[in-house]
Amino acid sequence: MRPAFSVIFFTTASGAGYGLLFWLGLAALAGILPGGFWFGFVTMALAVGLISAGLLSSTAHLGRPERAWRAFSQWRSSWLSREGVASVLTYLPIAAFGVGWVFLGRTGGWVVAAGALMALGAVVTVCMTAMIYASLKPVREWHNPTTLPGYLLFAAMTGAVLLNGVLHLFGHGSQPMVLLALGTTILGWIMKRTIWRYNATHRDGPTLGDATGLGNAGKVRSSQWPHTEQNYLLKEMGYKIARKHSARLRIIAQALAFAAPIALLAVALIAPGWLSVVGCVLAALVQLAGMLVERWLFFAEATHTVTLYYGYADKEAAA
Amino acid sequence: MTCIPVKTDRKLGLAIDLDTCVGCHACVTSCKEWNTGAHSAPLTDLLPYDADPDGVFFNRVHTYEQDTPDGGRTVNFPRSCLHCEQPACVTVCPTGASYKRTSDGIVLVDQDKCIGCKLCSWACPYGAREFDVDVGVMKKCTLCVDRIYNENLPEEDRVPACVAACPTGARHFGDFGDPDSAISKLSAERGGVELMPELGYKPVNRYLPPRERKNHPVNTAAKPLEAVKAEGGFLGWVDRILSGKD
Repeated sequence: MRPAFSVIFFTTASGAGYGLLFWLGLAALAGILPGGFWFGFVTMALAVGLISAGLLSSTAHLGRPERAWRAFSQWRSSWLSREGVASVLTYLPIAAFGVGWVFLGRTGGWVVAAGALMALGAVVTVCMTAMIYASLKPVREWHNPTTLPGYLLFAAMTGAVLLNGVLHLFGHGSQPMVLLALGTTILGWIMKRTIWRYNATHRDGPTLGDATGLGNAGKVRSSQWPHTEQNYLLKEMGYKIARKHSARLRIIAQALAFAAPIALLAVALIAPGWLSVVGCVLAALVQLAGMLVERWLFFAEATHTVTLYYGYADKEAAA
Repeated sequence: MTCIPVKTDRKLGLAIDLDTCVGCHACVTSCKEWNTGAHSAPLTDLLPYDADPDGVFFNRVHTYEQDTPDGGRTVNFPRSCLHCEQPACVTVCPTGASYKRTSDGIVLVDQDKCIGCKLCSWACPYGAREFDVDVGVMKKCTLCVDRIYNENLPEEDRVPACVAACPTGARHFGDFGDPDSAISKLSAERGGVELMPELGYKPVNRYLPPRERKNHPVNTAAKPLEAVKAEGGFLGWVDRILSGKD
């Protein structure tokens, strides 16, 4: 599948933003939400900025962005529509929580209720995003049990590492928070490697013989395409450039999204004062860069059944 | 509404005969010609005379080689929308632009509602939908909805353009919902195949597999010419003269 940058940025940024809101909501519920206008303002601005920039970016890949409002109508059947509705509804508790916590300086009462709803909305919205991909039967690498937990865990991970960075920046850093960031990142790495292993071992699916219905009579090979140049289907569903470099990109993604943040957070755990702050902030930035590469691979490594008709499976097996 | 109708009154679709299709692409050009002025008009072409042309087509003809117990064979394979009974392209649509008609089961796109998110083309395993980059909306086979009910056309022309154009009669149009229709009987008789049924889309269109070639026809081809020997004979002499060797 073609990795459209708008969608890569959207899923990564909104994942981190919703992850951040999720942990803030939980902190409010647990009664450990720190006060302070500037900390609250920067954290909420970061979270709302990330999800809003992501949502706006996702409309950039539409052919007719001016009609985007129509996408809220088909929530009864469409995960994409449900994602739109969930993201907009989640803005309500976000606004209430933001006003209560940042501007009124309250960390109890109805702000806790708003925080709980906000955390719930964040989880639901990330689930909807994941289900868009998990529900697509023609894409084997997405239509499997790993997609939903993957999206949820990566959102929780980037959110935790980001929150840890902001907390340290404002002098609210604590060892349990660093441990949470470290723990989710280790879990994220295990999850990503599990997903890759799952996709490497579950390679059964339709063949060209099934796609053409000719399979029973013998081996089918594509000898001529219907057209000499690339068409929409091949540009959108048959994208192969990143797959060519996938081994190298996987190393880069793992180094940036998991290995480097784990090292930096470990340093932050034992290092004193400013070094700890630098480590936590760097970990958040490096991880987001790594997650962009990871998301790029999520698209580029996904194969679509329409490419069977063009004989892609045979060519890749031969390569 | 992008929920799928529980039941359609009719199941209009195509039966495509892979035994008689000669891969001439007449259905492709005829489809393009009709539809670039019809319901989904225009079927935009980008840089048609350039080195890297691109354009929207509703019908694409692939060619495959196959090793069968009777020997190798070539199969031409026209690929277009199968007007599925469970079309995920419709249910994933966030705007309601994609819909399946209750009256005849045809899957259509409302060009005025489509936001061009392309998710429907990802959801279609068969590659039936193509995005019009220029207009910014998704387009697909309409089963020539503006021909089959068109009272301005002579009755014999009220079939999809691809069916009307096929010079070998490899494309058949009809109602698969009626077990007594000509197309249902033809499909049953020839063992019409459903593509990738395991995905659960329940495509309506059927592909009639190539017939088995058990009795090979008498070989009527002329025998190959004898090898021209350099050392003698009339042809050898002609060869030497023409080669300028004498």
